[in-house]
Amino acid sequence: MVDRWDERAKGAVHEPSLALHIEDLTVSYDHRPVLWDIDLDIPPGVLAAVVGPNGAGKSTLVKAVLGMVKPAAGHVYVFGRPHLQQLRRIGYVPQRTTVDWDFPTTVLDVVMMGLYGQLGWIRRPGRAERRKAMDALEQVGMAAFCHRQISQLSGGQQQRVFLARALVQDAELYLLDEPMAGVDATTERHIIGLLKELRSRGKTLLVVHHDLQTLPEYFDWLVLLNVRIVAQGPLKQVYTLANLRQTYGSQIGLLHGMPAGTGGPGAESPGSAALETAAPRAGGRR
Amino acid sequence: MPGLEILSDFTVRNALIGASLLGVVSGVLGTFAVLREQSLIGDAVSHAALPGICLGFLIAGTREIWPLALGALAAGAAAALAVLALTRYSRLKPDASLGTVLSTFFAAGTVLLTYIQNRQLPGQAGLDSFLFGQAAAVLPEDLWFMGAVALVALGAVGLFWKEFKLVAFDPGFARSLGLPVALIEAALTAMIALAVVVGLQLVGVVLMVAMVIAPGTAARQWCRRLETTVLLAAGFGAASGILGTMLSLLGRGLATGPLIVLVATGLAVVSLLFAPGRGAAWKAAARRRARAAIEDRHILAGMWQLAQSHGDAAYAVEQGMLDAMYGAGARGALERLERQGLVEPVTHMSEEGLHWRLTPEGRKAAAAEPLSPSPTVRGE
Ligand SMILES: Nc1ncnc2c1ncn2[C@@H]1O[C@H](COP(=O)(O)OP(=O)(O)OP(=O)(O)O)[C@@H](O)[C@H]1O
Ligand SMILES: [Mg+2]
Repeated sequence: MVDRWDERAKGAVHEPSLALHIEDLTVSYDHRPVLWDIDLDIPPGVLAAVVGPNGAGKSTLVKAVLGMVKPAAGHVYVFGRPHLQQLRRIGYVPQRTTVDWDFPTTVLDVVMMGLYGQLGWIRRPGRAERRKAMDALEQVGMAAFCHRQISQLSGGQQQRVFLARALVQDAELYLLDEPMAGVDATTERHIIGLLKELRSRGKTLLVVHHDLQTLPEYFDWLVLLNVRIVAQGPLKQVYTLANLRQTYGSQIGLLHGMPAGTGGPGAESPGSAALETAAPRAGGRR
Repeated sequence: MPGLEILSDFTVRNALIGASLLGVVSGVLGTFAVLREQSLIGDAVSHAALPGICLGFLIAGTREIWPLALGALAAGAAAALAVLALTRYSRLKPDASLGTVLSTFFAAGTVLLTYIQNRQLPGQAGLDSFLFGQAAAVLPEDLWFMGAVALVALGAVGLFWKEFKLVAFDPGFARSLGLPVALIEAALTAMIALAVVVGLQLVGVVLMVAMVIAPGTAARQWCRRLETTVLLAAGFGAASGILGTMLSLLGRGLATGPLIVLVATGLAVVSLLFAPGRGAAWKAAARRRARAAIEDRHILAGMWQLAQSHGDAAYAVEQGMLDAMYGAGARGALERLERQGLVEPVTHMSEEGLHWRLTPEGRKAAAAEPLSPSPTVRGE
């Protein structure tokens, strides 16, 4: 029996200077391609957003990096090695709706699950693990809730518990699937503060995000995705009206009436008022 | 066992030991099935045990428990796989695949059973007792078998506790940690088949799914953690086994297996209704109490408002006026407030109908009440 859950044969090193390097990745469900020929590079130490319309394949991209879906083609490298050898260095915050929040377990239990990978087979979490979990709960401001059953949490609190679970993983690359979905403005500020702090500690973060308006304020790297990669790179260069229009296609028709000539690298960022209507889930925020 | 004569009866003692073993195993393994929303797979697996038992008998040529149980286990696993495959590779919805597999396997089992009975094969007598179980047929060697299976199943749960827990709660996250989730899910489903095999003799294949579902369903109502849920489910299972067996001793011709199942489902129904915080009846009562408390506070605040506007802290309000403002509930609310010592009836004005006024404590409470003091604003 292997000692670690993710122990695999060591392979060749490839692009070690990138936190995440994806080549020619294609994923399909039932012969319908959901991700098509993705080439993606994320340098270390960035706080990157993945943006695209519903069904663009954002969650699938995250799952492919974690080895949760089998790609039809392509390779994924994390810090220079095949991703399946590097799972210990990846932290994951799934979309909140993926679990049964009525499950009989407490907040502290859930956070400790983030340590199960480090523990390996059979070994049980002990006092040291409990302390790490409490530290993480402290960081997300949920320490007072540690013995609550998870069914008694609000949506924003659930999200923070998932975040704490990822924090204890002590990973180097974090993948977060809509960590800001359905949380109030205060919690959102708290979460983004935490993500920025992780970045300042040298972590790399890839965040699926839905609110186009807050992109420049929160992120420094941007990946625009709609089955294919539309654009990727430093946010300042990629965050243009032309790119967004290409990503959202007809859905961004509401953007018509924007001042002309806002596209192109280095150009003025799109006006927020018009973008708000374009972002699928941005309406009614704040 | 001195004192309790009936317990020294050989058959009864075997049945009691078997029933508690069965209860513990199905309680523990069933909790995982319930939490993973796999209860109905348990139904397919248990019905599928019938053809397995028959094949085991035909191949081994004896009624010993080991070959029959092996057959049941293999057929149960095949049924579970068939359900998964049908759901995945056909357009059938999960419930339809379940129904198809269940009835196909059970039909095959019935055909085999009647075939064996009509062939008058030696030793086949009583094979049909596996349909609904037969407590009197439990032999010491069966108990050894049940004990061995229980040991294996509970040992596996103890050993791989954290892995099972994580896969049951969040299989996606488990996979992201590199855990072989498909393998563990297969193991958890195989465990359901094990629980079914333990119950073959006592409860039978038809009712066994209830034993898998009921204790876990009941226990989850009362517990906040998986650890306690599983322990309580084991307790509920054992209690159902023992109680059901005892009940069957009360009269001639009372079937043990179905009685065990009735006790287990009874516990589940009581838990679903009355468990604090989660039970349906408990929730309804809590809602009623909350509504009454709001009504009380409205009336208290309203009386305070009236007293203020009359410049008389002990101002007596006519019952009819409160009825008009707050509806038919006013009387009950006033009586509740009187019991709390916050209002009192005014007796010296009896000829003008019943009046109420705030007691000193009532005034204190009303003054501290953040609720809107205006009786016309009845936002609820
Ligand atoms: N398990 C699955 N089986 C079949 N199709 C799937 C599965 N998961 C996702 N899909 C499909 O793949 C496409 C991409 O899904 P994905 O969840 O990656 O989108 P997304 O960009 O995360 O969308 P959202 O913004 O709604 O979260 C969708 O069309 C979806 O219907
Ligand atoms: Mg998604």
